[in-house]
Amino acid sequence: MKKILALIIAVVMMVACFTACGGQAETEATAFKIGGTGPLTGPAAIYGNAVKNAAEIAVEEINAKGGIQLELKYEDDAHDAEKAVSAYNSLKDWGMQIFLGSVTSKPCEATVAEAANDNYFLLTPSASSTAVIKDNDVGFQMCFTDPNQGSASAQYISDKGLGKKIAVIYKSDDVYSTGVLETFKAKAAELKLQIVSETAFADGTDTDFTAQLKDAQDKGADLVFLPMYYTPAYLIISQANQMGYAPTWFGVDGMDGVLTIEGADTSLVEGVMLLTPFNADSTDEKTAAFVKKYQEKFGEVPNQFAADAYDCVYAIAQALENAKATYDMDNVKLLEVLKEQFTSMKFDGLTGDGMTWDTDGAVTKSPKGMIIKDAAYVGLD
Amino acid sequence: MKKLLRKDNIKNLSSYILVIVAFVVCQILIGAKAMPSMYQSLLIPVCVYIVMALSLNLTVGILGELSLGHAGFMSVGAFTGVAIALALKEVITATWLLLAVAMVCGAIMAAIFGVIIGIPVLRLKGDYLAIVTLAFGEIIKSLFTNLYMGIDPEGGFHIGLITKPEDLVEGSKMLINGSIGISGVQKISTFTAGFILIIISLIIIFNTVKSRTGRAIMAIRDNRIAAECVGINITKYKMTAFVLSAAIAGAAGALYSLNYSTISATKFDFNTSILILVFVVLGGQGNMIGSIIAAAVLTILPEALRQFADYRMLVYAIVLILIMLATNNPTLKMFFDKIKKAIRFKKKEEAKEDM
Repeated sequence: MKKILALIIAVVMMVACFTACGGQAETEATAFKIGGTGPLTGPAAIYGNAVKNAAEIAVEEINAKGGIQLELKYEDDAHDAEKAVSAYNSLKDWGMQIFLGSVTSKPCEATVAEAANDNYFLLTPSASSTAVIKDNDVGFQMCFTDPNQGSASAQYISDKGLGKKIAVIYKSDDVYSTGVLETFKAKAAELKLQIVSETAFADGTDTDFTAQLKDAQDKGADLVFLPMYYTPAYLIISQANQMGYAPTWFGVDGMDGVLTIEGADTSLVEGVMLLTPFNADSTDEKTAAFVKKYQEKFGEVPNQFAADAYDCVYAIAQALENAKATYDMDNVKLLEVLKEQFTSMKFDGLTGDGMTWDTDGAVTKSPKGMIIKDAAYVGLD
Repeated sequence: MKKLLRKDNIKNLSSYILVIVAFVVCQILIGAKAMPSMYQSLLIPVCVYIVMALSLNLTVGILGELSLGHAGFMSVGAFTGVAIALALKEVITATWLLLAVAMVCGAIMAAIFGVIIGIPVLRLKGDYLAIVTLAFGEIIKSLFTNLYMGIDPEGGFHIGLITKPEDLVEGSKMLINGSIGISGVQKISTFTAGFILIIISLIIIFNTVKSRTGRAIMAIRDNRIAAECVGINITKYKMTAFVLSAAIAGAAGALYSLNYSTISATKFDFNTSILILVFVVLGGQGNMIGSIIAAAVLTILPEALRQFADYRMLVYAIVLILIMLATNNPTLKMFFDKIKKAIRFKKKEEAKEDM
């Protein structure tokens, strides 16, 4: 008899959700509808929420200026490609005109295929995998691609002569980590950097790193490259400290945020270097204003994801203004004008000045080398 | 005629009818452009999860063994299906045929894994078996996160574990790229294919259950010792059910992966296995129509709850608890039994009048 009850419940719920979604009234458009998906719940929620919060601030500021008006909606994808596609479709039902893509790489690869199919302009703040912009005509990125980060890091280490023997610890089941590693290795080989130790970890084995660190230490590595997000990176650094191993640490943009870990001993991460396009402690007027506003509203220091999202909204607004786009344009028309703008315009944002995009959709901006000094990021050179 | 209207036949028939009616209704809604695109995008996942629930129900409900690694078979099917589809893209141009070939290959590969895993696993029973299936699910996941497979311009395959295959020549293409998984998949899954897969799964499962094999499997479930005494080959029948279940899951996996442009092994983790088990438990063990409904409802529900924004998953969890309680409530059960009896009684009366 369970099945009858289940059937009844099923029917009731189906009817409820269909009626809830139906009956959208056609009204005069008064704003551009911008949508995005990101992990607002789950383990990657910190990135999704940072992006959402920063995008909200940017939209508020732009609307307050009285020029073009924007309307923003973020849907949760829980860092899952399947959920991202349904989140994207629910945004489509909402009447989205411009798509901010997904925050994380894998979901964004799925949504970019859908967007390409439906002709939506896509500008992702932080999905750094190359598949997002490759083989499609709609995807643009505000962040560096993974390969770009890897080779930039190798170049930087080589240019500054930071280390002679390099060890790499990476997360083998993470797209971001392996993506950066691959190009780092390629560039390192080209620049004749010596990689003496290369060890991996994965989900579930990300709490104890003594084996990896021992390997690096035994082989006499004086620089350890950590292409990963900051949570495991912090553990690695603190465990190395317990072992009495003190090499130079070098991270990529995922390392940004290591100072915001609750209860973290910031003295441990003193001297950690990372490449990131954004510095929250910058004295730059725009950045300072954004950081202040973000802190007031959400009580924390914005990370690089937030800055990228903020730039995304401003870049779109600038392109819309330049193109004199009107609210009643549909997604196909907007794709056309925005693509034209993005491949020709220059944009000054928090994460760099004079950013340009190539026809693929990859951004050109220069990463800044940062070092952690007195529990703050300080620009190198 | 009498034979056709036997109780279990009616039950089976109602499953087919439910699926066909649902399919027709959805097609009409799509045709009339009355279905929001979010629900349209859910149709294929719903089909996939229905097939997954049906196949797991074969292991859990009919064979009576708890499997916690069913997503592993889905993963095998998904990776095989996508790799085949990418490799044969130029050879087979008809997408429906390509999809069919990918699904069949996915099913075969999953069946092979079913045999490999079944040999050690089916020596165990109960909790031990459940734990070992869980472990195998994790092994499969870990295998695929470290698997690299490339195809060179001449069509030769190169496989590497943990690192990229070293003999890869210039101009070759990576099919499976370790933890990055597979990207750039051509989306060829269709709702119709999903519908056909459900119907095929139902035909396979119902006919197996009704056959000599099915009776033997259920005898093992109900009393293993008695079944052994009668001379039933326990290992053979257990294996049959397990491999069949794995194969169907493999086909579903192929359908799933070809619906997205990207696929990674971490999707098919323990959580997915549990999710499918939830469908089966909610729908009732051994109850196929229940699995269909449960899978459909629980796949649509979290998406339909998007209007609750931040509280979405909380509401989902509460609804899940309520459904579980309601379907197991003795008062409600009694109430429905009464209705059932009343209907039956009425039918009998009518039958008498007809005479």
